[in-house]
Amino acid sequence: MTETSLSHPIVEPATGRAPLQLLAVCIGIAALVAAPMFFYPIFVMKILCFALFASAFNLLLGYTGLLSFGHAAFFGGAAYVTAHAAKVWGFPPELAVVAGVSSAIVIGAVIGFLAIRRQGIYFAMITLALSQMFYFFCLQAPFTGGEDGIQGVPRGKLFGLIDLGQTMNMYYFVLGVFLLGIFAIWRIVNSPFGAILKSIRENETRAISLGLSVNAYKLSAFVMSAAIAGLAGSTKALIFQFATLTDVTWQMSGEVILMTLMGGIGTLLGPVVGAGLVVTLQNVLATSEFPVTVITGATFMLCVLAFRRGIVGEFEAAIDRWKRR
Amino acid sequence: MTMIFGIPLQALLGQLLVGLINGSFYAVLSLGLAVIFGLLRIINFAHGALYMLGAFVGYLLLAFAGIGYWPALILAPLVVGLLGAVLERTMLSRLYKLDHLYSLLFTFGLALFIEGTFRYFYGSSGQPYAVPPSLAGGTNLGFMFLPNYRAWVVVASFAVCIGTWFLIERTKLGSYLRAATENPTLVQAFGVNVPLLLTFTYAFGCALAGFTGILAAPIYQVSPVMGSNIIIIVFAVVVVGGMGSIFGAIATGYLLGLAEGLTKVIYPEASNIVVFVIMAVVLLLRPAGLFGKEA
Repeated sequence: MTETSLSHPIVEPATGRAPLQLLAVCIGIAALVAAPMFFYPIFVMKILCFALFASAFNLLLGYTGLLSFGHAAFFGGAAYVTAHAAKVWGFPPELAVVAGVSSAIVIGAVIGFLAIRRQGIYFAMITLALSQMFYFFCLQAPFTGGEDGIQGVPRGKLFGLIDLGQTMNMYYFVLGVFLLGIFAIWRIVNSPFGAILKSIRENETRAISLGLSVNAYKLSAFVMSAAIAGLAGSTKALIFQFATLTDVTWQMSGEVILMTLMGGIGTLLGPVVGAGLVVTLQNVLATSEFPVTVITGATFMLCVLAFRRGIVGEFEAAIDRWKRR
Repeated sequence: MTMIFGIPLQALLGQLLVGLINGSFYAVLSLGLAVIFGLLRIINFAHGALYMLGAFVGYLLLAFAGIGYWPALILAPLVVGLLGAVLERTMLSRLYKLDHLYSLLFTFGLALFIEGTFRYFYGSSGQPYAVPPSLAGGTNLGFMFLPNYRAWVVVASFAVCIGTWFLIERTKLGSYLRAATENPTLVQAFGVNVPLLLTFTYAFGCALAGFTGILAAPIYQVSPVMGSNIIIIVFAVVVVGGMGSIFGAIATGYLLGLAEGLTKVIYPEASNIVVFVIMAVVLLLRPAGLFGKEA
């Protein structure tokens, strides 16, 4: 069997499984609500943040078949704008996040508009080049603080009531943002719009011949993905209270690809699992002498050679095989 | 002092020379990418890392074996090319049947792996590599001072570009290569060993990257991050030129190098991004690239 498409066709859930799935979702949410009692809250928040980022990226790669190598621009760009809005303009957190997401939408519209003019490998290279351009812009622009970044960003009071300076308040805010983002992605994927995106992934020429304005759909998917990536970036700026150049580098774009690849391209849970693994791995490696980049690179090669469906993808395939027996 | 557009002529020529040097590197690197893409249909993300590896092979040969620049100029591309052949045989060849994005991801991982390894041992700072004594010094051209080594870089990379063009367009081996690009199955049926041809092509492309690396070593310092700095620009070059033709890759490399040099004189703040801006403009006006053939 040869895989030609980037992801395997997903078995649509049968209606009979709905209560079971609902139960699983409830258990998952309950686990996340309880998580800060057992783990360091900042660590869980970081995972949630990157899980949302990877899910946004997966919306584009997994469901539309577009490999963007420039998602750091939306993530890091939104982080900068949120940090600037909260610190310099004194925006409350909800408005700072809105400002960050809006900036990600604008950057996404510009990069997307240029990138969708070419396909496949060229698309990947264009997004990489344009996000690198954005990196140089951030390096030189006065408001980003150059190499130092924006430090000491106030978390502020959500809607003027809830003090996000309290770690637990912040945690539930981040959890809310995360669930909202994942729900939005789930809605997009399971809508008629999502079905068209999948048809573009499977056979772009055919979609065009069916009369769909493929470019408009691709651009919308790109901007939505950028917006949600920006939401993750804005949240990150509030959690860690800084925004730096790290978030706009091409290495960050690579990291989010690895998370998605490891967890499973084109699966709803894959990026979440992948993000959890990669962030945990980085935390473990940070205390050791071992170079993170080498491990990241080796994992990449291994995943592509032997493990293309990712963890969740392999799991789903195994269940599928078991059912058919 | 002579002025052109309010800019001293000396500064203009100096920056144009820097642009020409950078353009030479862009040209040979994008040529390597185009050669590999032509037959294998993959984008070699590890090209920058292999360029860095070429420079490091030169540096290590000098540091540990006392082997100087001239032997290294032959040895570094050989070593990098051999590594490329091994990689293609053992790993990359398994990915041909899949979506080409997988090979892009694989070579991206490879680039991280190679760069990370060297950064582990050498940090991010550069190691100096001296200009060979036979090319030290410079020539006064009357209107400007031309360091001999820089002149050599321009000549050598141009010669390599012409040589590669000749190999592909005018030799028997090149004709097999072009035929295999059109229809691999048919060429295989005629008794040409296509898998071997693929290995050779990848190795040759990698060797070009290694050659550029050792050529660049005395100009820039030998540093683990030199590859990732240049590869993204070379990608933009490839998008501008289109990978349809060998000539297009070479010409675009030189053109964008010169454009970058010119920007350094006129508006230095934009010199980092001018290549990307040109890419964006080309995408708007001629989405297939300047020399591109595909729709």
